[in-house]
Amino acid sequence: MSAAHIEVRDLCMAYGSRVIQRDLSFDINRGDIFVIMGGSGCGKSTLLRHLLGLIEPTTGDIRYNGRSFVQANETERDVMRRSWGITYQSGGLFSAMTVGENIALPLQLYTRYSRNEQADIIDYKLALVGLAGYQDYYPSEISGGMRKRAALARAIALDPEILFFDEPSAGLDPISSSLLDELIVQLQASIGATVVMVTHELPSIFGIATNAVYLDAASKTMIAYGKPQELREHSDEPVVRQFLNREPHEASEESA
Amino acid sequence: MSASPPGFELVTDNRDCVVLRLTGDWLQDAAQRPDFADVERELHGLSMQALVADAGELGEWDSILAAFLLQVYQLCRDAGADFSTRQMPDGLDRLLGLAMAVPRHRREPEPRRPWYTRMSGRGLLRELIDRGNITLGFIGEIALAFGNLLRGRSNTRFSDFRECCYQAGPDAFAIISLTSILVGMILAYLGAVQLLQFGAEIYVADLVVIGTLREMGVLMTAVVMAGRTGAAYAAQLGSMQANDEIDAVVTMGISPMEFLVLPRILALMVMMPLLTLYANLLGIIGGGIVAGGMGITPLMYIHEGQTALTLTHLNVGLAKSVVFGLLIAVAGCRAGINCGRSSSAVGQAATEAVVTAIVYLIIADAAFNIIFQQLEI
Repeated sequence: MSAAHIEVRDLCMAYGSRVIQRDLSFDINRGDIFVIMGGSGCGKSTLLRHLLGLIEPTTGDIRYNGRSFVQANETERDVMRRSWGITYQSGGLFSAMTVGENIALPLQLYTRYSRNEQADIIDYKLALVGLAGYQDYYPSEISGGMRKRAALARAIALDPEILFFDEPSAGLDPISSSLLDELIVQLQASIGATVVMVTHELPSIFGIATNAVYLDAASKTMIAYGKPQELREHSDEPVVRQFLNREPHEASEESA
Repeated sequence: MSASPPGFELVTDNRDCVVLRLTGDWLQDAAQRPDFADVERELHGLSMQALVADAGELGEWDSILAAFLLQVYQLCRDAGADFSTRQMPDGLDRLLGLAMAVPRHRREPEPRRPWYTRMSGRGLLRELIDRGNITLGFIGEIALAFGNLLRGRSNTRFSDFRECCYQAGPDAFAIISLTSILVGMILAYLGAVQLLQFGAEIYVADLVVIGTLREMGVLMTAVVMAGRTGAAYAAQLGSMQANDEIDAVVTMGISPMEFLVLPRILALMVMMPLLTLYANLLGIIGGGIVAGGMGITPLMYIHEGQTALTLTHLNVGLAKSVVFGLLIAVAGCRAGINCGRSSSAVGQAATEAVVTAIVYLIIADAAFNIIFQQLEI
């Protein structure tokens, strides 16, 4: 078994004939908080959707625990997916179910907990994200930040090995977003999961990321890989330093 | 590795302090797990000052243990006792810290009245009146916007109108063709079986022509358009509402009625008579196919049909079609403009548009028939 938890090899992503990113090769190590960063429209979310298997790659391979996900059939994929927890950009909570029912769904599908135990687990997961007592609310009745946290509670319902986040702090105020970052770090440290996160929020990137990849929209490939603090100081690519130092530059205007 | 069964032991160190010793592997697959109720029962008799959870003999653990300990913590807090841990695995300690950090939210119980009081006649009447008010207000605004249009001071754009006409007209040809031919055939079958008993099957032509022109051609077109275009209007305007686009229109100083609603209503009022003409033609052809199958030659069918075909019948259908077009567009646009701001509200708006439009259509059709009967048209 190889050391890296997730391996991306020569991945090429395209919508039809329009290439989004090509030749992506990087490792995500076990226990990392890994950030996929880049300017708007560079294909960050597309890469995440490839990792999740929502879009098929044009060429290349994605391996989880050394096993190819791209070549796996649907049944094998479902088994692999069971150890993932995913939080979508706007939460992805089912609006027709209460928060409690949302968290109960994966428990009902994949565990043999009794009804009482399910209720205990739901209570505990909600307490973890600071939402104890919100079981009976519908997603439309709570605020955007709470929805994100409720979605996180659903994502960790099955004690996942990998947690995916798509823009966790999008649409949140700085305080809520730093609380969410803190929560992600705490959860990561205590359940030992690998975290993969798409974001362009610099506070999150410097605050919690242990490793990162930078996707460039102009050259359509990754141009930096490493710890964000080091990239900010020592990256060979001026674009990456500008991005991380929050300096305006002409290339970003074009690629936006 | 064989898992040892999970368990716990309560030890009273001294008078005030209780130690909860956790043993074995607390995993979700374990066949027998202690229940929180067991702890609660055993603790009930003790008047404790503090509880220490000791994990010195704990094997493996997962969420089920954390959930268990959280409940113990809550019990302690409610009883006013201190809760602490000893020799906890690092991760578990952190998780408990997180879970205990935020106090439990208590939902204010909403006063829920029993269903029969909510079904009161007065409440229903008020709701009906409210809905009526909204619709009347909407119609009033349309009238004002139309007035502005006539005086040439409107923000309605011709290009929008043309686009809406295309969506409501040519795009609907295929489905209108199918439904109207089939309805013509249904009419012919219905009549032919009865008329055959009297040897009067030639009058199938009269029945199909009059039935299609006056009633079925326009009604079926309207029903199809309510499902197709009315729902589309509600969904378009509803998603614009959810996307803040309607607010953008208003803050640009443009009336959404003139800019968005009027072109749609006018387009449907113009296209409905044209579609009805087309549906009438195909309906009569459809009837002819069935009549042909019953031994009536096309020439006989056309000849007999001509005697029944009068301008009055045609005009009755066309007059209805304009009004039906107005009703479908009003129902669709009203549902869209008054849509909520969530994505589920857009779906509700589309459903509401179709249901309201069809109710309007049936009521209006009945009213038309009564009026025409009285006027002997």
